Amino acid sequence: MIKAILIFNNHGKPRLSKFYEHYSEDTEQQIIRETFHLVSKRDENVCNFLEGGMLIGGSDNKLIYRHYATLYFVFCVDSSESELGILDLIQVFVETLDKCFENVCELDLIFHVDKVHHILSEMVMGGMVLETNMNEIITHVDAQNKMEKSEAGIAGAPARAVSAVKNMNLPEIPKNINIGDISIKVPNLPSFK
Amino acid sequence: MALKIVKGSIDRMFDKNLQDLVRGIRNHKEDEAKYISTCIDEIKQELKQDNIAVKANAVCKLTYLQMLGYDVSWAAFNIVEVMSSSKFTYKRIGYLAASQCFHEGTDVIMLTTNQIRKDLSSPNQYDTGVALTGLSCFVTPDLARDLASDIMTLMSHTKPYIRKKAVLIMYKVFLKYPESLRPAFPRLKEKLEDPDPGVQSAAVNVICELARRNPKNYLSLAPLFFKLMTSSTNNWVLIKIIKLFGALTPLEPRLGKKLIEPLTNLIHSTSAMSLLYECVNTVIAVLISLSSGMPNHSASIQLCVQKLRILIEDSDQNLKYLGLLAMSKILKTHPKSVQSHKDLILQCLDDKDESIRLRALDLLYGMVSKKNLMEIVKKLMLHVDKAEGTTYRDELLTKIIDICSQSNYQYITNFEWYISILVELTRLEGTRHGHLIASQMLDVAIRVKAIRVFAVAQMATLLDNGHLLTGNMQRNGICEVLYAAAWICGEFSEHLEDPMQTLEAMLRPKVATLPGHIQAVYVQNAAKLFATVLRKQEGTTDSLAAQETSQLLIDRLPLFVQSANLEVQERASCILQLVKYIQKLQQKEVEVAEEVTALFAGELNPVAPKAQKKVPVPDGLDLDAWINEPPSESESEDEKPKAIFTKEEPKHTRPRHTEVDEKELARRREARKQEQANNPFYIKTSPSSQKVYQDQPGVEHIPVVQIDLSVPLKVPGMPMSDQYLKLEEERRQKERSERKKKEKKKKREKHGRGRRADSGPESEEDITPAHHVDIVTEEMPENALPSDDDDKDPNDPHKALDIDLDNLVSGSASRPLTDNEKLPVRTHRPAEAVKSPVEAGNGESATPEPKKKKEKKKDKERKETPAPPADASAEVAAGSEPEEESKSTKHKKKKQKKEKEEKEKKKKKKHHHHHHHHHHHLHSADESVQNGTVEEEEEPLPPMSNYTLLGENSYIKMVYDVQGNLQDGSQVVVSVIFENKTDHFLKSMEFNVLDSLNSKLQRPEGSSPHDGLAVPFQLPPGVSNEARFVFSVQSIVMPQKLKGTLTFIVKTEDASTHEKLDFKLHFTCTSYLITTPCYSDAYAKLLESGELKSSSLKLEGVIMPFHHLLARICFHHHFSVVERIDSCASMYSRSIQGHHVCLLVKTSNQTVSIDAKCDEPSLLGNVLDEIKHTFSQC
Repeated sequence: MIKAILIFNNHGKPRLSKFYEHYSEDTEQQIIRETFHLVSKRDENVCNFLEGGMLIGGSDNKLIYRHYATLYFVFCVDSSESELGILDLIQVFVETLDKCFENVCELDLIFHVDKVHHILSEMVMGGMVLETNMNEIITHVDAQNKMEKSEAGIAGAPARAVSAVKNMNLPEIPKNINIGDISIKVPNLPSFK
Repeated sequence: MALKIVKGSIDRMFDKNLQDLVRGIRNHKEDEAKYISTCIDEIKQELKQDNIAVKANAVCKLTYLQMLGYDVSWAAFNIVEVMSSSKFTYKRIGYLAASQCFHEGTDVIMLTTNQIRKDLSSPNQYDTGVALTGLSCFVTPDLARDLASDIMTLMSHTKPYIRKKAVLIMYKVFLKYPESLRPAFPRLKEKLEDPDPGVQSAAVNVICELARRNPKNYLSLAPLFFKLMTSSTNNWVLIKIIKLFGALTPLEPRLGKKLIEPLTNLIHSTSAMSLLYECVNTVIAVLISLSSGMPNHSASIQLCVQKLRILIEDSDQNLKYLGLLAMSKILKTHPKSVQSHKDLILQCLDDKDESIRLRALDLLYGMVSKKNLMEIVKKLMLHVDKAEGTTYRDELLTKIIDICSQSNYQYITNFEWYISILVELTRLEGTRHGHLIASQMLDVAIRVKAIRVFAVAQMATLLDNGHLLTGNMQRNGICEVLYAAAWICGEFSEHLEDPMQTLEAMLRPKVATLPGHIQAVYVQNAAKLFATVLRKQEGTTDSLAAQETSQLLIDRLPLFVQSANLEVQERASCILQLVKYIQKLQQKEVEVAEEVTALFAGELNPVAPKAQKKVPVPDGLDLDAWINEPPSESESEDEKPKAIFTKEEPKHTRPRHTEVDEKELARRREARKQEQANNPFYIKTSPSSQKVYQDQPGVEHIPVVQIDLSVPLKVPGMPMSDQYLKLEEERRQKERSERKKKEKKKKREKHGRGRRADSGPESEEDITPAHHVDIVTEEMPENALPSDDDDKDPNDPHKALDIDLDNLVSGSASRPLTDNEKLPVRTHRPAEAVKSPVEAGNGESATPEPKKKKEKKKDKERKETPAPPADASAEVAAGSEPEEESKSTKHKKKKQKKEKEEKEKKKKKKHHHHHHHHHHHLHSADESVQNGTVEEEEEPLPPMSNYTLLGENSYIKMVYDVQGNLQDGSQVVVSVIFENKTDHFLKSMEFNVLDSLNSKLQRPEGSSPHDGLAVPFQLPPGVSNEARFVFSVQSIVMPQKLKGTLTFIVKTEDASTHEKLDFKLHFTCTSYLITTPCYSDAYAKLLESGELKSSSLKLEGVIMPFHHLLARICFHHHFSVVERIDSCASMYSRSIQGHHVCLLVKTSNQTVSIDAKCDEPSLLGNVLDEIKHTFSQC
């Protein structure tokens, strides 16, 4: 079982948190902080497994993470999951994000956390791995996005236009966010399948 | 209309959407909290509006804020509103929000049941998908119970996308509603062979999770998984299955034997490291489970170790980590094969990666030998110095102690070295393990007698430098060692060189800053030291010095008498008075040393930690019974302070008798000595061991004298244990050379008699310990009971899922699904309290007799065939077995069993279309018929089913069953099983009934009474599925017939045709009865009340056993047996409208007479007619 999936950046700002067991908001934040603390102090080329997250679970649980550019993808899993399998799953997740957002970068995750959730829900459900085939995941994500678009129809058009205008009117966004080198590089790792 | 929508959306396009919110937060870095609170106010406004789009937008923003740690549970109701929007866009937002913040305590969750049910049966697969995903996160026991049957239907959905989600969520449903496991299991098992790989993978996933917690129940699936393992190419599935086998093999070693070969093949063939790793892991598990059983598995071990070595040597840190992890599993059973890779593991200790170092540390435990212990520990001590993080350092510390103390200090050759290691470890700042070090010091000092002199000297130094350990508040954890130091110095004070100095050190004012329990030990042991000091001083007839010593105590002790800690206070004031008394005697020039020493005389022996627990309770002693009257509540407050005494008390403390006076103490001590002397179980100080110690040839090399005792604590840069390492090497060198000399001599003497084998490098046995150590074993009480209590966590949700599923799978009759195990009917929600008696009635009293018989029979069968069912299944997996011939008789029986199973499987296929519970009755019949050949007094039950044919044509067949709804006296539920008989898809099925005045089909609100109800599924070729329809009825005293039609579309490859099937739905009066248990006294009262009208019935020529007859009435007519005496039984049932129906059934010579009573005569008449009809059919 997967107990939690967390994405946060190099400064520990949460970009996505998905807990498959209930915790109070405070505990959740504490877990994110603790996890960040554990993960961030590790060197780049050490192993991607980590024991000893005190808050989630206990000795049976492991943190399995990958670090891409500015983001950490952390899965907290118990012993029924294969460590290397989860690493590959993270890879599939990131590659899927890359396909869905067309060259994904941290900004995409910042502004579209709901979409990331939707993509994740096609891969992991209730803490269990649902689908590992990227094409299958993308097909369903696309189909749902299409439905959303068709539902918006005429009503959605003005809202989209305004949103575009808002984005134009705020030239300071890119200034605030250091875009250079932010894009998540997907290295070609020996894939799972 | 469209204009209005556009207008509405123009209004809201200036509302903040999620992106605006995120942007806003980023632009308000300084006052983020303030900005968010204004945003939340806005959101609250938005939620108040009617426009669902605005609400959805607000909920979307809340989901984001939830991630940032804001509590959004106040919006739970709005989330439910958004969930129930008909638009997918909003629905998805709602479900996402719900999945992020709903939990079992969310009260609005119960409002969602119907919405979720609607979404689950939505024609749009993504509505269903979103609902399933959401539900998987917030499913509660109530939701699980109410939706279980809906989800079960979805498991056979036409779309694999829905099927896989439905299968996966079943695991969550099982966890929350364990009763659903048995009814759902056959279908879940079916999904293991689903054509879609995703669904298959989901099913494997669920069963693996289930089996991980309760593996024994899933052993019978082993053959199926074995097949999957050899046929599947999906690595995810393979990994899960291989992991599952790892959990199953400990329960069935024969399975392991069969696994080794295919797993080894996989290890050789796969390129996926993840799969390779899991294969190795499972092979290890298999080898562990076989451990001694198979002689030639060393090849497999070699293969594993060799593959793991490759992993560990890999540059990929992940593989290195996993390799070490798997290695530690081998270590437990095959330490030899791991030890050959010591070089590699020691190398990993220097890895920069902490995770890897930790794993390597685990392995070290098995690597040590007498030869290399000091070396390894030295290496670890270096790491301790270097370690920056306290967690890793603490881990190192515990490992050092673990390694050294393992198997009774087996590998320690020099205890002085070990004591100095412990002393060095006390220099660690901020460690949590002071306690651990302390208990080691105590343990060694108590159990290794030879080391006491040295230990006492070291401890005295520690005490003298106590301020170093306590000076820094952060080092608090380590001050625990002072506890040990004080106790050792006190208890073994006769070995102290300068007890006076130690006594002085123990009574320094600084001591008062130590934790209470340590102070208490200080005070107590100061008294012991005092005794020793007196003895010495009186010996030299220097009475003045002795009086000064007393004065010292009298001066210093008042500080402790004022202590806030009760223990310290009590001990100090006791001892203070004692010393004052002694001083008085001293002033009279009385020699007191002897008597004072007697206070603390006697030897202490270590007691095994479990000793107390293992004392058997004598017969007739009830430990739970009150000895005196139970105390009143006010008294119980007194118990609280006791906790202070027992807290943090290490194991080896002297039992406290401080309260009793001196003489009494002495008397007791004397008595104890006497007792010990006479007690054969008491381990006495053996003078012989002492002698051996002195005779030891290596004794002159004991390096005690060569060490400057004042050094260790003051020079932290120069670890003193290193000296031991050098000394030890020297010693060994010397020994070796001596031995060689001797050998040479011997050789010279015995030249030509043959060569000595171990003249080469030093072998393990050659290393003689520097001390001959008399390790005192721990005491155990006589008649100690072996106790292996590994208690399971009672709160584990998986405990409830420990359900026997074997008979479901193999189709044996021991426990078929009973009526109450049907999943709850989809349209009502039974209240728990009312439901339970029904269960009891259905499950137990309906067929009590036959069940017992069957169980007996099963036992018999088991005795006949030596192999339990699990063996048989392993056999199926096995294929050909090499040892087959040797146990041919056994095998034959198994074969028969196999054939039986196969037969059953075929039958199962035939009856595939039946509802699961039905089909189990059929199976029970199969089994019974087979067993029927054995002589039995009473025949087993014939197959029974309540499902009757509703209608059939060349396309479709419908069978149905009617059941009353206990909650609603005006409702009955009709379960219809549709079976597709064609090779084509059947879709758009619509079920319609012509309502009568009395009975009406319940249609959704807003539909006209002539509309049909859509059947919530489609039927692929050859598949059957069950739908339930609710009818409302007014009068139940008469049977009813309703005409109806089922319309559907047959979709062939090139065309689709509309077809229909007419049917007649028959509501019998029986179907209004609900099995309700009734106690005999209540039953008697009911009959006495005289309000019931009676009627009777006679059946002639009934040739069936009485218990069959009863079972039939129970099963078909929903009665329960109240009482049965020989060939006479009273039975009871109740209608959905509360009519009581009582039967008295008697049988004699094929005639059955039924006397019946009921408060509604026409109902009774009809029920009796129906009973008659039932028996006329057979």
